[in-house]
Amino acid sequence: MALIQQSSPHAHNARPTSKVMLWVMLATLPGLLAQTLFFGWGNLINVIWCIGLALASEAAILRLRGKPVGFFLRDNTAAVTGLLLGLSLPQFAPWWVSGIAVISAIVVAKQLYGGLGSNPFNPAMVGYALVLISFPVAMTTNWAEAAGLGTGTPGFGETLARIFSNAQATAVDGWTMATPLDEYKHKIASHTASEVLVHPTFGDLVARGWEWVNLGFLAGGLLLVWLRIITWHIPAAFLAAIAAMSLMFGSNADLYAPLQLHLLAGGTMLGAFFIATDPVSAATSHQGKLIYGAGVGILIYLIRTWGNYPDAVAFSVLLMNFAVPFIDYYTPPRSYGHHKARRGLPGRNGG
Amino acid sequence: MTQLWDFSGGIHPPENKHQSTSVPIRTATLPEQLVLPVQQHIGEPATPVVAVGDRVLKGQKIADVTTGMGVPVHAPTSGTIEAIEQRPVPHPSGMPDQCIVLRPDGQDEWCELHPVGDYKQSGRELVLQAIRNAGISGMGGAGFPTDIKLHPPRDRKVDTLILNGAECEPYITADDMTMRERSSDVVAGLQVMAWILRPERCVIAVEDNKPEAIAALREAVNATQIEIAVIPTKYPSGGEKQLIRVITGLEVPSGGIPADIGVMCQNIGTAVAVAGAVFDGRPLISRVVTITGDAVAEPGNFVALIGTPFRDLLRQAGVDQSVLDRLVLGGPMMGYTLASDSVPVIKTANCLIAATGQELPLPPPEQPCIRCGQCAEACPMELLPQQLFWYSKSAEFEKAEHLNLFDCIECGACSYVCPSSIPLVQYYRFAKGEIRTQRAEKLKADRARERFEARQARLEREQEEKELRRKQRAKAAADAQAKKKAEAEKAAADGEAVDERAAKAALVQQALDRKKANAGQTPKPEATASDAPGEPTDIATLEKQLTQAEAKLNTMQGMLDDAKAQQADNVEKLERAVAKNHDRVERARRALKEAQDKAQAQSEPQSSE
Repeated sequence: MALIQQSSPHAHNARPTSKVMLWVMLATLPGLLAQTLFFGWGNLINVIWCIGLALASEAAILRLRGKPVGFFLRDNTAAVTGLLLGLSLPQFAPWWVSGIAVISAIVVAKQLYGGLGSNPFNPAMVGYALVLISFPVAMTTNWAEAAGLGTGTPGFGETLARIFSNAQATAVDGWTMATPLDEYKHKIASHTASEVLVHPTFGDLVARGWEWVNLGFLAGGLLLVWLRIITWHIPAAFLAAIAAMSLMFGSNADLYAPLQLHLLAGGTMLGAFFIATDPVSAATSHQGKLIYGAGVGILIYLIRTWGNYPDAVAFSVLLMNFAVPFIDYYTPPRSYGHHKARRGLPGRNGG
Repeated sequence: MTQLWDFSGGIHPPENKHQSTSVPIRTATLPEQLVLPVQQHIGEPATPVVAVGDRVLKGQKIADVTTGMGVPVHAPTSGTIEAIEQRPVPHPSGMPDQCIVLRPDGQDEWCELHPVGDYKQSGRELVLQAIRNAGISGMGGAGFPTDIKLHPPRDRKVDTLILNGAECEPYITADDMTMRERSSDVVAGLQVMAWILRPERCVIAVEDNKPEAIAALREAVNATQIEIAVIPTKYPSGGEKQLIRVITGLEVPSGGIPADIGVMCQNIGTAVAVAGAVFDGRPLISRVVTITGDAVAEPGNFVALIGTPFRDLLRQAGVDQSVLDRLVLGGPMMGYTLASDSVPVIKTANCLIAATGQELPLPPPEQPCIRCGQCAEACPMELLPQQLFWYSKSAEFEKAEHLNLFDCIECGACSYVCPSSIPLVQYYRFAKGEIRTQRAEKLKADRARERFEARQARLEREQEEKELRRKQRAKAAADAQAKKKAEAEKAAADGEAVDERAAKAALVQQALDRKKANAGQTPKPEATASDAPGEPTDIATLEKQLTQAEAKLNTMQGMLDDAKAQQADNVEKLERAVAKNHDRVERARRALKEAQDKAQAQSEPQSSE
């Protein structure tokens, strides 16, 4: 019998990519649960619809590209992209808006750049930014009103009908409401903080419903850190940067949204633990991750406070994706036996 | 308690050591044939000093290295040299190498041994010589000749001597069992090495998963100054660089050796071999080998003669050929697969894993890298494995080198944790090989270019010289021609004049004679002009030029002296000017001399005419 000839190491004990992605999906469950409890079935329907469409478009484009479909579908990365879009899109976003987001994420942002591992931009955020710019109305008027625990939210059938009917674009009804960040941003110019905060979107704590959703994602994110699927660097730098910016420039609640709103409303925790940490499009070294995470946090604060959009995770992540190759060149770690890291390109400083 | 440091990265693979530690070390039976590769160490291969058909005694030197680095090979038992030929040897390449094949006669008859005995009374050189003559090279890693390692350059004082008993790779227990059963030999060998090196600190480092070995060593080092450092179990803590970091907190500089920071690591097996060589005069002819893996029924450690085919050891361990899937020499992290079980035990072989397909399954197919960074978290050298992979794969070797590719110790931790199942180490080996090839080729190309340029320059120079000579010859010929012509013309003119005058004179003479006159004047022929009309003026001009130049030089020299005296900042400039003028004067002088010589040379042949 011929003996196997193989290069070392002979032992392997890796968590395969498919399992890593599965853990990421599991870790979003607390956040998704909170979303469903406070905002109704919208997110869950979106998630299912987006995952399904993501897998379908991934399969189609893989077939077109002549790649093994089953092999790549099993890595679960397309499902995660769909999941992240489903979690971040407005609850009542029409099916075609989420559909365009998913298809552009998978087909354009991921596969046209070479598929898994080759995309310079976070696919989910490309899809999100595209629909946010293209369909601003659909993307701002379809946020569900936070209700009590399981009460007051529209039923499953109603939600489904709303998402998949065509004639609902600007329908004003009792279900939707401006997001807390949006509300604060637009009211604070003419009102005091206490006046703004009486709006029901803020609830009794920080931002009704949103705080629990964010805490859910925080819990899931911490699980990922604990499982060593992500390192603490990006989320920590991300959140610290938002906190530092808020304390430095926006400590007056009568002028700017307060820190707790920045941290616990909007897509902050989802962005910090699940979106900015996408390894393919993020920086690699520890130092690079800190810079990258902090950059995303700073940009989020800048856009939220002085930009035109109430939330800015997608734009900030995409802008920092641009900077990743640059960051990577200048933040390699110091290797064992070297006095300092070899920064920059070879040849410049003794390559 | 010894202070310990941590190294970054590292992994905790399943240890799989218990299988081979349950039974004591067994002595392998004498095989039918011993195959002894002449190269079991780093350096020059040894040259056989025996011939086919010779009878050799146990411990007799059968191959030696006379020039260059290397150690001799000895007969592990008495018997007859059956062949000296190419045989398969344990090497990652799977290529055969020169081997001496010995057929044991079963008498196991020792040759005369010359122990050093009380080494403290002998010179260090003598002890080092004994270690070399015993054929000892590092028994854990690459097989560096031990005597050379124990003799570091004078400016590299070894402060810390570390005996590496970490044995961090899974499965391997050869050092563990040696420490348990032969701890006094380990300590004795270490003491010899310590006496040679005189370090300030002497440490035996053992991973904390070997409590029996630690206990045995503790007992053996009683009343000595040797420290036992119990280090946390983490692969690859037994890597030289990592162990040095753990024990001393220092890092071996990139591209350097441990002696650069005053540290030296030695292997447990090497210490035992040194003890054997010094106290018994026994050469290195056997070693402890772990035979383990799920395909053997009785895994354990064997004292095997060097040259014993692994087939014999596998048989003694009860191998089941039907489930044997791969043979790994070394550990599962850094070992390499063997193509056949007929290769022999060599001095560096510490473990053979006879693995089944379930035990070491084939890795799943490679997926794209998602830059998750698990590899960077695991890398004990603090490299960026995913970037190195990217550059290695895309053949951007310059960038890979820039990210310290050559600091990679190929420990396999990155591949072990890679979720995409990428054989990262294989990519790095490929890149390193390519870079080495490119360097060699570049060196070759550079040399060839230098040779070519030198040749080209020489040819050009020769051509120029030839051309110059040709021109000179042509000029000389033309000059000669012109001169000849001029002379001929002049001579012709002169001749005519002379003839005319002579004729006239003759006529006059005749007339005078006829008239019987007393005296007549023969007109003297006019002296031919000795100098060409231009020449004297030329010499005069040159003379004038020379005087001028000399005067100028004198002025300049004066100025320079002044400037020097005043320390003016134009000294340098003036110096250059003076030098230039000096040259000019020289040239003028030479030109004048040449002109004078020429003038003289020209006047000579003419005056002789």
